[in-house]
Amino acid sequence: MNARTVRCLLLMLAAIVAAPVASAPALKAGVFDPPRDAPRFSLQSSGGGKVDLRSYRGKVVILGFGFTWCTDVCPVTLATLAQARRKLGAAADDAQVVYVTVDPERDDPARMKEYLHAFDPTFIGGTGGAAELAAVRKDYGIVAEKHVKGSSYSVSHSSYTYLIDRRGRLRALMPYGRGADDYVHDLRILLAE
Amino acid sequence: MRSPLRSVLLACGAVGIAVLAWAGLAPIETRTGADREQLFEIPRGTWARRMSGEDLGILPDEIRLTLGIRDILVLRNLDEVPQIFGPTLMMPGQSFRLPFEQAAEYQFACTAHASGQMRVIVYAYPATPWARIMWRARRL
Repeated sequence: MNARTVRCLLLMLAAIVAAPVASAPALKAGVFDPPRDAPRFSLQSSGGGKVDLRSYRGKVVILGFGFTWCTDVCPVTLATLAQARRKLGAAADDAQVVYVTVDPERDDPARMKEYLHAFDPTFIGGTGGAAELAAVRKDYGIVAEKHVKGSSYSVSHSSYTYLIDRRGRLRALMPYGRGADDYVHDLRILLAE
Repeated sequence: MRSPLRSVLLACGAVGIAVLAWAGLAPIETRTGADREQLFEIPRGTWARRMSGEDLGILPDEIRLTLGIRDILVLRNLDEVPQIFGPTLMMPGQSFRLPFEQAAEYQFACTAHASGQMRVIVYAYPATPWARIMWRARRL
């Protein structure tokens, strides 16, 4: 091998090393690395029957926790998600919002259906027994605490949503307060996978 | 002829003005990639130490970030068991990387804190002299 050939090989090697590395586009949500499988659950669906994450394999799921009597966090999150779905257009057909209640005493399937449909008729609610829902919250690290106020009560709860990819992996966590454009940005990336 | 005290005061004043001028006018370079990450880790063995009664504070109650300089929160669980860390549940060996793009105060439910809350304050990039002085003062 002569000196010229060696120089050519070194130049080619340098070009390969210096070439920009094609990296996956960054999500605006908080990303888990490595992602784990989204914990399974099977709850009563606001649409009738059961809501089971496995049935949404192939879709991107936005999973939130809240309750229909929530006066601050939930209406904002659900309105943002509805707006994001509208902005996605036809691609939204592959994005499913699932909202699991933290208030099983008041949130039966009919109540959840009525509430969620006011934001977007495709949204699905999940409810069940108190112990069943507590187990789901534990699997997802969700905090919920009941606060009695006179004859009524409220529930403070984790306000973020999870983004679950088409393969059923818990990919990211979107903090409360992020706008519809952030959801659209991340959903487009996850839907393109 | 100047008194020694007056000379000292003048010198101190000059130094103070010079420091303020530097703090306000010296540019702050924006960072890229991993340099923008603020990392917090749960060390291996944390769960066992907690079980034995040790009070371990890993995450501060308040985390301060600055856009363009250090605006990515990274949490990493190096322990052998799942842990609630910051706002979320993290598996052993898992990390969580959360970028911020807006200056604001963020509250996260966090069972690791006695208050049940973790606060992340994200400051705007210090673009003005006064903001640069304040940014440098916070780092002292």
